[in-house]
Amino acid sequence: MHPLLVLEQALNGLQIGVMLFLMAAGLTLVFGIMNLINLAHGSLYMIGAYLCAWVFQTTGSFVLAVGAALFGALIVGVAIEVAVFRALYGRDHLDQLLATFGLILFFNEMVRILWGPTALYAAVPGFLAGQVEILPGAPYPAYRLAIIAVGLLVAFFLYYLVSHTRVGMLIRAGASNRAMVAALGINIRLLYTLVFALGASLAALSGLMAGPIFTVESGMGDGVLILAFVVIVIGGIGSIRGALVASILVGVVDTLGRAFLRPLLATVLSTATAANAGPALASMLIYILMATVLFFRPQGLFPPRGR
Amino acid sequence: MKLARRTTATVIGLVLLAAIPLASAFFGQPFYVDLFTRIMIFAIAALSLDLILGYGGMVSFGHATYLGIGAYSVGILSFYGINDGFVQFGLAIGASALVAFLIGAISLRTSGVYFIMITLAFSQMIYFLSVSVNTYGGDDGLNIRMHSGFAKLIDLDDPVTLYFLVLAILTLFLLIGYRIVESRFGMVIRGAKSNARRMAAIGFPIFRYQLTAFVISGAMCGVAGALLANLTLFVSPSIMHWTRSGEIMVMVILGGMGSLLGPVLGAVAYLVLEHGLSSVTAHWQAVLGPILLFVVLFAKRGIIGLAAGARMETGHG
Repeated sequence: MHPLLVLEQALNGLQIGVMLFLMAAGLTLVFGIMNLINLAHGSLYMIGAYLCAWVFQTTGSFVLAVGAALFGALIVGVAIEVAVFRALYGRDHLDQLLATFGLILFFNEMVRILWGPTALYAAVPGFLAGQVEILPGAPYPAYRLAIIAVGLLVAFFLYYLVSHTRVGMLIRAGASNRAMVAALGINIRLLYTLVFALGASLAALSGLMAGPIFTVESGMGDGVLILAFVVIVIGGIGSIRGALVASILVGVVDTLGRAFLRPLLATVLSTATAANAGPALASMLIYILMATVLFFRPQGLFPPRGR
Repeated sequence: MKLARRTTATVIGLVLLAAIPLASAFFGQPFYVDLFTRIMIFAIAALSLDLILGYGGMVSFGHATYLGIGAYSVGILSFYGINDGFVQFGLAIGASALVAFLIGAISLRTSGVYFIMITLAFSQMIYFLSVSVNTYGGDDGLNIRMHSGFAKLIDLDDPVTLYFLVLAILTLFLLIGYRIVESRFGMVIRGAKSNARRMAAIGFPIFRYQLTAFVISGAMCGVAGALLANLTLFVSPSIMHWTRSGEIMVMVILGGMGSLLGPVLGAVAYLVLEHGLSSVTAHWQAVLGPILLFVVLFAKRGIIGLAAGARMETGHG
């Protein structure tokens, strides 16, 4: 195994990790504060990807496309929060699962109605199209580096927002004791809507960046959603720090597993067995990781405090 | 009174189901035999989920896994030329019970949302395992060459025979479900749903009870999977995709959880709705989604709740 190859795959893992983090951050906040399981979070990711690809295709302006995706997802997010989720906050998790499952069906189909059943082409913007030499003789796509940079910036921004601003203080307070925050005269409804809007935009950001790498198609958010759930469960529900650590862990483990498990197994097993077992084990790896973490720490790596 | 009413409704329902092959032959629409075979198979799956979800409060978000294991048991044995139905169904029951035991033993250590997520994680594990094992078709699935053979007793090549086998098993499972729910064991499971700590304090080892219920439920769903494999003569990983688990859960809630008739009604309603909508528009999911939403928001107890109406609220404390 060439060390440069390992480095490249590790960077790929990091890139998947930060994209997962953008998804997981919103999900974990919504869950931590409002105690709501939102399966439709993947739909916001999909909406972000579609809007960005479509606006970029029609207008040719990447800035406009990003703006449209973030703003569009924010509007949709606030709309479903007000119309649907407000009625779901007091319900049990089962009701929330079902209602948001219904939303997934709806959004997946709406996307098909609006943009057709075939995948939408998402282009990489011109200024990020090239390669960058990260080490002499090791080119790496600039676009993927940009994703990592954006992801880390957002992570820093969220850290600052949550632990050093007034809104962040309210968010943390809301996560540890909702009733008390409301009793102290804070408009908790508004806070919920705000948090939800933030989560929706982050999901859209993740989706629009994923567009050129994966396919922009109906149902693209469903797989990522499950991964994001794995992340927040490993990280500890409600914890942004946990989400960051877990998403990078999941991204790197998954990517390295897919790249190197098969050749590694081939050194001990026969090639044919490794060809079968390698990919199988690689795709199960993160779920094994999750089950192991939950077995030893049923509340995740960074369990929520005060509850 | 209420019980008698439900029993009457169940018996009428089963008689109506028994009349469907006759009616579809009369109207020359053999397609409906297949549709209702499928509906009853999913009714079995939904019923099995309801035993742990509705009665036990265990929100398993990976129930399609057992459907898949049952179907793959038939598929893989048939792949090696073993077509004996007793062996195939035996393996389907054994394998799904074993997997349910392993998953349950780990998952039941957690509760609440973590339980939902860990059952989901296990079902994803098995889904991806089936996708990547190329010997049995991987992503493309596995064609099954012939139906399960039950010596000369039952000939499943005839769709009507398969229909009545499924109906018989559904009836049997409704009876078993009734016996379980009304038994001491069932009472413990239901008690653990409303207050696990108190049940433990009275001295019941609830983990063992819950695990047993989980295994029974998994095994029942495995039978549904084996029947599904016989209906479609094909099995692919999509049978245990997580959205399928979601659908089974939807059937339970739609019909009304915590009742035996509910999941059956839910399966009928969901699949008839799906069939009806998809014949009207290709975009039927855009209609189905909001319908689900409305059911959750406004008809909390599902079809059973609607049918019982205010009677249940006043008559049953």
